[in-house]
Amino acid sequence: MSEFVLEMSGISKSFPGVKALQGVGLRVRPGTVHSLMGENGAGKSTLMKILAGIYSPDEGTIVLDGTPVTVADPRAALALGVSMIHQELSSVPELTVAENIFLGREPRNRYGLVSRKIMVRRTREIFDRWEIRINPRSAMKQLSIAQAQMVEIAKAISFGSRIIVMDEPTSAITEREVGHLHRMIGQLREAGTAIIYITHKMDEVFAISDDVTIFRDGQWVATKPAAELDRDKLIALMVGRELTDLFPKEEAPIGDVVLRVSGLNRGSLVRDVSFEVRRGEILGIAGLMGAGRTEVLETIFGVHPAESGTVEVNGRQRRIREPRDAIKAGLALLTEDRKRTGIMGVLSVRDNMSVAALPRYSPQGMLRRGSIDEACEDQRRRLALKTPSLNQLIQNLSGGNQQKVLLSRWLLTLPDVLMIDEPTRGIDVGAKSEIHRLMSALAQQGKAIVMVSSEMPEVLGMSDRVLVMCEGRITGEVPRSEATQERIMHFATATAHHTTPAA
Amino acid sequence: MSTDLGSTAAAEAAAAADPSEGGFDWRHFLRTYAIIGILLVFVVALTILTKGTFSQPENLINVVRQVAAIGVIAIGMTFVIITLGIDLSVGSILALAAVVATSLAQKPSDRMMYAGLDLPIILAVLGGLAVGGLLGFTNGVLIAKFRIAPFIATLGMMTTARGLALIYSDGRPVSLLEDPYNNIGQGSIAGVPIPIILFAVVALGAHMVLNYTRFGRYVYAVGGNEQAARVSGIRISRLTLVIYTISGVLSGLAGVILSARIGSGNPQLGTGIELDAITAAVIGGTSFKGGIGTVWGTAVGALIIGIINNGLDLLDVSPFMQMVVKGVIIVLAIILDERKNA
Repeated sequence: MSEFVLEMSGISKSFPGVKALQGVGLRVRPGTVHSLMGENGAGKSTLMKILAGIYSPDEGTIVLDGTPVTVADPRAALALGVSMIHQELSSVPELTVAENIFLGREPRNRYGLVSRKIMVRRTREIFDRWEIRINPRSAMKQLSIAQAQMVEIAKAISFGSRIIVMDEPTSAITEREVGHLHRMIGQLREAGTAIIYITHKMDEVFAISDDVTIFRDGQWVATKPAAELDRDKLIALMVGRELTDLFPKEEAPIGDVVLRVSGLNRGSLVRDVSFEVRRGEILGIAGLMGAGRTEVLETIFGVHPAESGTVEVNGRQRRIREPRDAIKAGLALLTEDRKRTGIMGVLSVRDNMSVAALPRYSPQGMLRRGSIDEACEDQRRRLALKTPSLNQLIQNLSGGNQQKVLLSRWLLTLPDVLMIDEPTRGIDVGAKSEIHRLMSALAQQGKAIVMVSSEMPEVLGMSDRVLVMCEGRITGEVPRSEATQERIMHFATATAHHTTPAA
Repeated sequence: MSTDLGSTAAAEAAAAADPSEGGFDWRHFLRTYAIIGILLVFVVALTILTKGTFSQPENLINVVRQVAAIGVIAIGMTFVIITLGIDLSVGSILALAAVVATSLAQKPSDRMMYAGLDLPIILAVLGGLAVGGLLGFTNGVLIAKFRIAPFIATLGMMTTARGLALIYSDGRPVSLLEDPYNNIGQGSIAGVPIPIILFAVVALGAHMVLNYTRFGRYVYAVGGNEQAARVSGIRISRLTLVIYTISGVLSGLAGVILSARIGSGNPQLGTGIELDAITAAVIGGTSFKGGIGTVWGTAVGALIIGIINNGLDLLDVSPFMQMVVKGVIIVLAIILDERKNA
């Protein structure tokens, strides 16, 4: 019997254009809680998806209890005693709780038919043992997110796995349920199960972990007993990258306030958000995945209506119920997910570029095709867009060029405020620096820019000022001169209890 | 990083691998204009098979005249399908519009209803269009405001409108119409049958709307990516209302054309015409995946259907066999559509 229940070593995994993991190792002792920490994109989830058979590694070995194994698919992982609770819930909403727990391994009665009775009985046994108060016969879709999360956890436990991976299990559940979950984890640990725990919440890490492994940019950084760490040491390990590629914003005169947001609320991810942006300024919004940054931009822009709060543009309060109102008010939003909310794939570059500005180019509804062509050609030149013609379908362009078209889409509306969500996600280095150069130029022309970014160098390099969000709130504000990775990470992990007042 | 970077990155690579840079895209050209080639092949083949009968001018004009109603509806259907919708109620709306319009166009001496009423024919026609527009608008409300899937909403309307047509006409054809009304289906202007003129006007108008107005570009944008269109400031529900209303009005017009051609408003008119209209749009290149479609393509598609119907009749193919042929054609057209977007 080996000292470790799990030894992963030399694991590498690339996606086209991205090295997600580079020779990473992880060793987990049985009967312990092992937390994985790291910034967005550090490789934690990818590594766990390899362990759970969702991805296959390009290189590397996995050893379970001293036996080398290959994990072909999630079913194989379960057979090997590894179960995973996913960040995104994976249940079938139309089925009952019991049916979800036994999905794919339905117990049968003596006639070989699926037996709901046995399913419900066994589910009840599991629930009783773990003090989960949910009716096994309820439809999954009737449960709250927190309850659904508990069902997922119960399901993972029901496999009797020796390793249970939990990917941010507490992101959607309440304080009391977190306590319940932590007690369950404690009991599992005593029973000898190894728990691998991914979280962004510092409190949790110190409350339940035995060991902590830190990743950064797809590489292993350190594995330490939790007792040897504290918050500051942990943050230093998470961000300790050297800033090799900086994206300096060029100097621009900073003018009057253009956009003022006050007391904005929507759900749990936009909570009492207030800030302002000035002409010529780039305001960065940093935070970890799920901190509510995208939601803030979408709420301001009317993609989802705000529950309360006001938006003022150029000193005038504007009522924004849908994106159309926001555009009229002089706002623009380049969304994060190019495919889902950005490009219209089967339409031409021209159509994609001009769509948001069409009211300007079609008085009485009739298109001024000449002016549209001129404006698009002009954008194409200025942004050095690589496309054989404006008639080319946008889906045939590279990611970087698609992003330029979308940027043009918004520039043609002549906005006062340009909000950009992840300006350079998934595009190559060359296009990246071009986009950054363009953003600088726009600031110099007097536009106010709000940029959400998960890339620390981008945040530090481009922002005049950085707002940091955590759990739907703004937890800190850092001016350019004082912005460091440690400071930002400090605010990004500040939970509600010790919210530090804005600096 | 999490899955979404993985998949974005993969999509990136796929996009980059696409042949995009430079040169004339022959494949695109062929796929776009192949339909005209197919049309010509049909014409030549049928001319040979019928020993010339098919290509007689009278017969060709007859083909277009017969296809006018399908063509007009198919143009509305094109708008609908470009925005990822479907309108199954066109045939029933056609029938209701036909019985309403004809009931207003009966000779005063032979009126089944509205005894003694003597209206200008234009009001009868407008009555048919208004009925079509109203039911189309109702479809739009169901889809845009009540968020019912277009298939279901228009399926409900298909049954409802057919029932209304039967109730309104008491299940009997409305006949003995004033001559000017019949003229809409049977007459000509300068030797061109009026249904053909109406079809051409609708096609030209629809082409202009799609290509030269803001509304037209919005139609494509919504079909290309509804969420992106909304973020770009397009009011999706308003656009949906307008589109289904257009489809309804055009169904009403088809009802007028058809009832005028046969000189009677039959509540059973237009049964199954939705399938012909969908077929015309799809073989004309309109994509079920949204964002793609042209009016001229649909018009050619409608002609192809008319030619097949007519040619098979001339060749004495049984009506049952004709159904099989049309069924095979629609499936082939969809396969082509899949290829196009592969």
